[in-house]
Amino acid sequence: MSEITSDIANLTDVSFGYDESRLILDGISMSFPRGKVIAIMGGSGCGKTTILRLLAGQVTPRLGEVDFNGRSVARLSKKELYAMRRQIGFLFQFGALFSDLSVFENVAFPIREHLNLPEEMIRDLVLMKLNAVGLRGAASLFTNELSGGMARRVALARAIALDPLLMLYDEPFTGLDPISLGVVGQLIRQLNDALGTTSVLVTHDVVESLKIVDYVYFIGKGCVLASGTPEEISHTTDPFVKQFIHGEPDGPVPLHMKAPELSADFFGGAHA
Amino acid sequence: MKRATIDLWVGIFVVLGLVALLFLALQVGNLASVGREAKTYRIEAHFDNIGGLKPRAPVKAAGVVVGRVEQIRFDPKLYEAVAVMNINEKYSFTTDTLASVLTSGLLGEVYIGLDVGGSEEMLVNGSVLPRTQTQSAVVLEKLIGQFFLRESTASSGGK
Amino acid sequence: MKMLIEGLRGLGRETQAILTRLGFIARFFVALIRRTPESFVRASLTLREIYFSGVLSLAIILVSGLFIGMVLALQGYDILSTYGAGDSLGVLVALSLLRELGPVVAALLFAGRAGSAITAEIGLMKATEQLDAMDMMAVDPISRVAAPRFWGGMISMPLLAAMFSAAAILGAYAIAVPLIGMDSGAFWGNMQAAVDVRVDILNSIVKSLVFGTLVLLIAVFEGYDAKPTAEGVSSATTKTVVYSSLAILAADFILTIFMFRGV
Repeated sequence: MSEITSDIANLTDVSFGYDESRLILDGISMSFPRGKVIAIMGGSGCGKTTILRLLAGQVTPRLGEVDFNGRSVARLSKKELYAMRRQIGFLFQFGALFSDLSVFENVAFPIREHLNLPEEMIRDLVLMKLNAVGLRGAASLFTNELSGGMARRVALARAIALDPLLMLYDEPFTGLDPISLGVVGQLIRQLNDALGTTSVLVTHDVVESLKIVDYVYFIGKGCVLASGTPEEISHTTDPFVKQFIHGEPDGPVPLHMKAPELSADFFGGAHA
Repeated sequence: MKRATIDLWVGIFVVLGLVALLFLALQVGNLASVGREAKTYRIEAHFDNIGGLKPRAPVKAAGVVVGRVEQIRFDPKLYEAVAVMNINEKYSFTTDTLASVLTSGLLGEVYIGLDVGGSEEMLVNGSVLPRTQTQSAVVLEKLIGQFFLRESTASSGGK
Repeated sequence: MKMLIEGLRGLGRETQAILTRLGFIARFFVALIRRTPESFVRASLTLREIYFSGVLSLAIILVSGLFIGMVLALQGYDILSTYGAGDSLGVLVALSLLRELGPVVAALLFAGRAGSAITAEIGLMKATEQLDAMDMMAVDPISRVAAPRFWGGMISMPLLAAMFSAAAILGAYAIAVPLIGMDSGAFWGNMQAAVDVRVDILNSIVKSLVFGTLVLLIAVFEGYDAKPTAEGVSSATTKTVVYSSLAILAADFILTIFMFRGV
């Protein structure tokens, strides 16, 4: 019981694959304690984003349980699933702002869709959320007038519009200049503490995320390879984690894809 | 684009569309006359041959449209064609009216022409004009055939 | 022998793939229809789509209609007067427009103008994860994005087809009466005598409703089903135009058999 109250979400022995033959996740277990900022790291294509999709109920696991706030996500009806998603904020990799709406209307979108509020109150709420990400001045702009970093922050304002219990960030640092990167990083931490939510971010930006997170999961080959606080992680002796953190080109993850011997490939044809 | 501007344009669009529909119904389709056509009575006429007569062809008296052909069928007992006509209630015709299948121009539309007789009694709903009171379509092929037959017999008789 | 079996197997796979896709489209259509009430409760969404699919197609529809009517009048009068039936020009123009050209050409133009735009728009929303984002915000993308576009188009289509026919008949009138010198009374009179409100005008509307359903279903579906890349969206847009044109012409043939055979 204490588990349910202390963790906002859990994965228990989850296996998942988009097609029959290949499993992306293979019996993975993770827990996400309330109020913390948790990073999930791993190489490209190792199923990080899939974990976020599992948490939000966009895909259902082949085996195992995903639960959110004490309820199994896979067993929810569509209505219950949508009710659950109102408590989850999702920041997409490139923001996914609605291109036909202004910045103001983008942030107002979830409020208008779900709450029946008078116009002045919506205005106040939206400006408050935009202020939280420092973009109150951009309310009347259209999305094509925003830089990548600003778009990310507007999307963040939209994601927190309904004061979610859980924030999911899909690669929040990709494609940002160092300043925007620092700003977004700080925002994630501040919003998490100010709103009392739990944040899960999927990233491969080691330096930036180790600065702001409370706990790190390293995943690869479909399961958790290592986990710990940033402190523990930076002193780890695990060769994979070391290679990842220091960005070494060769190590447990080889530089070359499996192939025949070089000499065989170059001269094999001539010898035969 | 402002909500009000969009609403205004959509309003103009819908009004234009309805005007177009109204134009089609009234000016092109003459919907107004359909209402009048609703009050009709039905008569049948038996023909030897109706030629190219089609349902919905006009029925004319003295060149004025007084009704429409509703249906055409074949009477298997009498071996005759039966044309069922709806005639406008405003017009009444004598029981000895002559109905003929006519063509306007050489290749024009085929219609039924009514020629009124001198009887005292009038046609009512369900009246039948027997074959003796109708004139069949002039079938061009038959005419030409007869013409050649006469020519050939005349020339052979002359020799 | 082995090749034959391989060939048959391939054919079977193809057939199965096509049937699966048709089933998928049918399921999508049902999902769309079930979300109808929401598009009308929130009328502003649907009004917006009437603006995009209807108002913005107005110019192309009216101009094309006018030209088609004028060409019909010129060509038709030439041919009809050879047989001494020049007076029937109004009949020719009105019947060919109401029965075939009006609904068909208006629907083809609609597919090119509005259908492709709908596919591109929805495809782009998918490619930029906007649909996913909506789904994550607990807003159903089919009822928020697809259904209003479908119903906005369904309202636009018959109105556009009627405007097309009306513009074309007026175009034909403009050629026939002032230019050729036909009698205005003969033009309208013969037309009115030949056009039946139920058979011709009502069927014309039914045709445009059927074509509208096909174009919009294909447009919305292709957008929804587009691969989330630039090439995916552009190929989906092309598919919308090609498939809906074929669907319109095939459906027209079938409808014509039922509506006008023996009339």
